[in-house]
Amino acid sequence: MAGPEIEALIRQIAKLPGLGPRSARRIALALIKKRTLLLDPLVQAMTSAANTVRVCSACGNFDSTDPCAICCDPRRDPKIVCVVEDVADLWAMERASVFRGRYHVSGGLLSPLSGVGPEDLKIDKLLERVRRDGVAEVILALAATVDGQTTSHYVAERLQTTGVAVSGLAHGMPVGGELDYLDDGTISAALRARRPVT
Amino acid sequence: MAVDWTDRGIVLAVRSHGENDAIATLLTEKQGRHAGLVKGGAGRKFRAILQAGNLVQAEWRARLEGHLGNFSIEALQAYGGGILNDRLALAGMSSLCAMIDATLPEREPHPQTFAAALVLLSHLGDPLWHAHYVRWELALLREMGYGLDLRSCAATGTTENLAFVSPRSGRAVSRAGAGPYRERLLVLPEFLKDDTTDDDVPPPGDVRAGLVLTGYFFERSIFAPHHQELPQARSRFLDLLGR
Repeated sequence: MAGPEIEALIRQIAKLPGLGPRSARRIALALIKKRTLLLDPLVQAMTSAANTVRVCSACGNFDSTDPCAICCDPRRDPKIVCVVEDVADLWAMERASVFRGRYHVSGGLLSPLSGVGPEDLKIDKLLERVRRDGVAEVILALAATVDGQTTSHYVAERLQTTGVAVSGLAHGMPVGGELDYLDDGTISAALRARRPVT
Repeated sequence: MAVDWTDRGIVLAVRSHGENDAIATLLTEKQGRHAGLVKGGAGRKFRAILQAGNLVQAEWRARLEGHLGNFSIEALQAYGGGILNDRLALAGMSSLCAMIDATLPEREPHPQTFAAALVLLSHLGDPLWHAHYVRWELALLREMGYGLDLRSCAATGTTENLAFVSPRSGRAVSRAGAGPYRERLLVLPEFLKDDTTDDDVPPPGDVRAGLVLTGYFFERSIFAPHHQELPQARSRFLDLLGR
């Protein structure tokens, strides 16, 4: 149907998350039809990203500089480190614009049921960073799931030897949430984490 | 002709399948340990439901009996939500799920194991939970055909002063009967000495000794023959109890 170059393009696009062969064909066609508007800038952006984006050696974030812009930002407090599972979580925290410390990307969650152990995560690096930089507080912003909280407890235990203050995100009702629509686990967690209303 | 059933099940393990779907393994009441595909199981809608230890209502449907099949899942009780901040209870719950997942054969009903696991899950965080967990592991060993005989001494036949378990026969041994073999025997903690449920909370050391005892027989009889090790989740639970 299409030439080998177009087929190769469709195959590559279809590998991207959220896209199947049908969407890939539509995207490929749109790119080819609008070469100057879409294809050329995309090629340029992808080439540039491939050449410059790297993993920050300090926190595990993606950026074109190493250390990344967050780790280099003098306005951010280096004494507070927020541990997140993935760069996507780091971006979510940044979107909220409420955290002014630095990050540490763990690279996954402990999952005893799936055989993911501590050696698969960047926990030793976190400990080294806490000791080296004199970090005062570590915030564990990991998922409110069995694996996420198992990881939180494990990291907190490992951090005990450093004497750093360790905190975790609260679990409970989301902003705009109605009790009727919440699952049992969230209601249970919210009830246990209740606090006085002043 | 399509086959289907509906049953209650405890979520044991979930792994992603493609971008949006997940393969969930449940311990169901009547069908035993059973896996199935959950469409959209990796998405936001199912994230809270498909957590290990949760009780769900599952409808399984497949074209043929031997197929993986599809699950339609509805939440019944989220046991994990209330104990996310309790590291020992969380480790215990993970150990419970991992042990069931690693030991029970697929699609073989074990209603007693299901019932006992459900009781344990509904009492997560109770002071006596750890002792009951050890008793549950003893029952699981029995269910798998490797039950221990802790009623009388293998050497003397007495029911008094039982303090050890023979690693070879799985039978209790009294202090007098242990003789020079004492060092080679496994410790029988006080709270396991009879089948009656004691209301006193055993010391952590005893619970740990109980887990070492059951762990030895699980490893020898079930895991080692398959060149496997005890689940990591159980090792973590044992480790936390030792602190």
